[in-house]
Amino acid sequence: MEIDSVFKALADPSRRELLDRLHAESGQTLTQLCRGLAMTRQSVTQHLHQLESANLIAVQRRGRERLHYFNPVPIHEIYERWIRKFEQPRLAALHDLKFNLRGKRP
Amino acid sequence: MSDPASTFVYVTYIKTSAERLWSALTEPDFISRYWFGMRVDTDWTVGSPWKLSFTDGRLGDSGVVVEFEPKKRIVLRWRNEWKPELRAEGDAQCVFELEPLEGAVKLSITHTMERPGSKFIEAVSGGWPRILSNLKSLLETGDIVLKG
Repeated sequence: MEIDSVFKALADPSRRELLDRLHAESGQTLTQLCRGLAMTRQSVTQHLHQLESANLIAVQRRGRERLHYFNPVPIHEIYERWIRKFEQPRLAALHDLKFNLRGKRP
Repeated sequence: MSDPASTFVYVTYIKTSAERLWSALTEPDFISRYWFGMRVDTDWTVGSPWKLSFTDGRLGDSGVVVEFEPKKRIVLRWRNEWKPELRAEGDAQCVFELEPLEGAVKLSITHTMERPGSKFIEAVSGGWPRILSNLKSLLETGDIVLKG
């Protein structure tokens, strides 16, 4: 299952940090991603492979370089399935509350 | 050097054939089903204009077909037409790539503006994941996930 590999990939602080870094600055090389991290280049490479097989990052070649991009699609699918449907009633409740509070004011 | 342009890459795996996905990407009636009712208008010939209009007929985006390789690749020049600050950034490039795999097709969409910190690329980044979720759902289950 695709979703299993997404959760598995997200269940590691180092991989989450790599995703945060790619979210902050998309299109980085391996060397850039390694900068300032307390990880060997080899383990960063392994983490990136896992993120790529979970489709959380996309890799594109530009000349001799491999650039890494954060791919928001799987996380959006998690949002659709696990967050959006719980969010709708809550937003509706908030809307009703606001309306009721306003209604009471002169 | 990281990517000096503003680039977003969207990748999804859809359980369908390259033929069906290709129709979904190129037939206007099919497109509007997963693209919130937006209307695509082009003859898909290299060099031809390409237009994307809102449900009420207002022009949303426009561009030119740059490459068109059936069941494999589409490249569009793409510019915003309805928000002055986005329109001012000029042309972006959007590449659609299909890669057939066993039982699925990998669809990659790369949207690039040749400048750092593009507001246009930021603006479309909220839309693409929703459009792709709808497209995937439509092809795999026959219905979309989002209506609005």
